[in-house]
Parts: sequence; structure tokens; C-alpha cells
Amino acid sequence: MQVPDKFNPVTAAIQALDPSGQVQISVTRGDVQLLVPRTIIIDVLRTLKDDFGFTYLIDIVATDRFTSEDRFEVIWNIISLKDQSRIFVKTRVPEEDPSLPSTVDIWPAANWNEREAYDMMGIRFTGHPDLRRLFLPEDFEYFPLRKEFPLMGVPGSIPLPSTSPDVD
Amino acid sequence: MGIESAFGEGFLTTKIDTVVNWARANAMWPMPMGLACCAIEMMAFAGPKYDASRFGSEVMRFSPRQSDLMIVAGWCTYKMSHAVRRIWDQMPDPKWCIAMGACASTGGMHRSYGVVQGVDNFLPVDAYVSGCPPRPEVVLHALMTIQEKVKKEHSVLLDV
Repeated sequence: MQVPDKFNPVTAAIQALDPSGQVQISVTRGDVQLLVPRTIIIDVLRTLKDDFGFTYLIDIVATDRFTSEDRFEVIWNIISLKDQSRIFVKTRVPEEDPSLPSTVDIWPAANWNEREAYDMMGIRFTGHPDLRRLFLPEDFEYFPLRKEFPLMGVPGSIPLPSTSPDVD
Repeated sequence: MGIESAFGEGFLTTKIDTVVNWARANAMWPMPMGLACCAIEMMAFAGPKYDASRFGSEVMRFSPRQSDLMIVAGWCTYKMSHAVRRIWDQMPDPKWCIAMGACASTGGMHRSYGVVQGVDNFLPVDAYVSGCPPRPEVVLHALMTIQEKVKKEHSVLLDV
């Protein structure tokens, strides 16, 4: 599918940020998707917010593609309320170094979304103000949404409470 | 009949166990541990239509120190299990526990790393209620089952 005309200024600005031409632009089910190398992801997202009014961060999702290269994919789902348009910005990180720059200083709402991506998939957002686990206990050692993690967990990895009240 | 005829009118003889158990069984104040959608049915159980107060459970006590019966309603994560056990430990003896619904009884559909597969892994459960979520009648039935259990207990006297 063709990228709608109203995205032309956006794609032109993205291509200006990407002289080597690595950004892939596609349309899936009517939504524009950008696949951006992680070296320029922060510049792309900041440009989208500052210059094109994508002020509303819907979600940040991390997926495990389970490939040997560029295993994890992180997707920003952002909306411009001014133009009523939505963009998915994706980037990929390798398993050995799953780190990305934090976007909390662009959208404060990214704080818990990034913590969730760290909690479930182990993506480290450098520069995040408080990168702790969001759902799981803080001493949990695994990232449960990674594909190699067993469904029922690792036995004994999360302790149950003591059943005798006198023991702390 | 028996010793009552010797005392005349106005006397009733019984066993202290029976009296204590009667009192305990008919003033079973629940501690509502509503963790998920079962909690909505638990509210109906306490509300006017199903009216748990007919069985002496008129007040839900949100303080564990005033309650006798913990109703664990809903799925319990490993992280929450510590809070539930802490509340259970603060309830004064004697105390009883209902695991309400499939999730609290067995983990139910939440077959995953984060959910305790049945609260009996860390609580002594007296009655399990099936259903997802169970009807309030079934919770009443569990309450009555526990009342029957209480009435058969040796509460004060121990048989040696």
C-alpha cells in the first residue's frame, strides 16, 4: 500500500535524518510503520514529537522475534492529535546488548511502558530515571516474556510466603 | 428427661463445646479477600438478595483482627500471596478459609508463571468453591459447609 500523502513531510524529515537510507517505511492495515536503526531512533522520535505533533504516546511494546540477529523489536505507537494520524515506530536490538535510549524525556508517559518492557523482555533503556521491574518481584532473575522462558516459570524462583506465622 | 426434670423449668443442659460452636458457627464474620471478578459475586453474596446475614455472616470486616473467615475470591499472584498470608496471620484463631472460584482453588485458567496454582499452597483452605465465577448460592453453601464443620469440632474439650 502507498503511504498516504499527509505523511509526505514526515517521511521527508525522517529521510533527512537517515543519510544511509536504512529506514524502511511501510503501510500495514492502513497504519504507517517505520523500521528505524537504533542509532537514530531517539532523533526520529524527537522529530516526530517536536516537529509533527505526535504528542500522544499510546504504548511501547517489546516483542521477541526469536531470531539469531536483532532478536528484540521495540515498537512505539504514537498519535498526532493535530492531524489525526498514527505511526508505529519500530527498532530492533540484538540479544547480546538489548539497550535503547530512554524516551521518558520526550514523553513522560513512557516511564511505566519502558519499565514494563524491561520487566518482561529485558530491554534496558539507558537514561531512564527509575528502571525497576514493574510487575514482578524486584529480585526476580528472569524475563518471562522471552520465548525461552517456560510457561510455568522456574520452580522456586518466586518464593511463597512461609506457612508458619512465627517465622519471619 | 434427664437432669432437666430435676432442675425444673427454665433450665437447659448442654455441652460447652456445643454452645461455643453454636456461637462460632453463627457469627462467622468474613474477611473479604477480593482479588478479581469473584469479588463481585462475593458482594452479591453479602448483599440483600442472597443475604449472607441469614447465616450470621452479616458484616464483612475489612480488618483481619475482627474476622473469622477469609474468602479468597480471585486469582492470587506470587507477589500478592505474601500480602494474603500476612492478613491471614493477623486473623485471630479460630479461623477458616474459603477458596472461592476456580482460580483460587487451582489457578484456574491462569496457568502461568506468575499465578499461584491454588491458594492452598500457602493457606489452610476449608472449603473450595467451583465455578468461574461461582454463583452466590454456592458461596452460601460453602459457608454452610464450614458451619457444619465448626459444629462438629472439639473447640473447648478435647477427647483424651
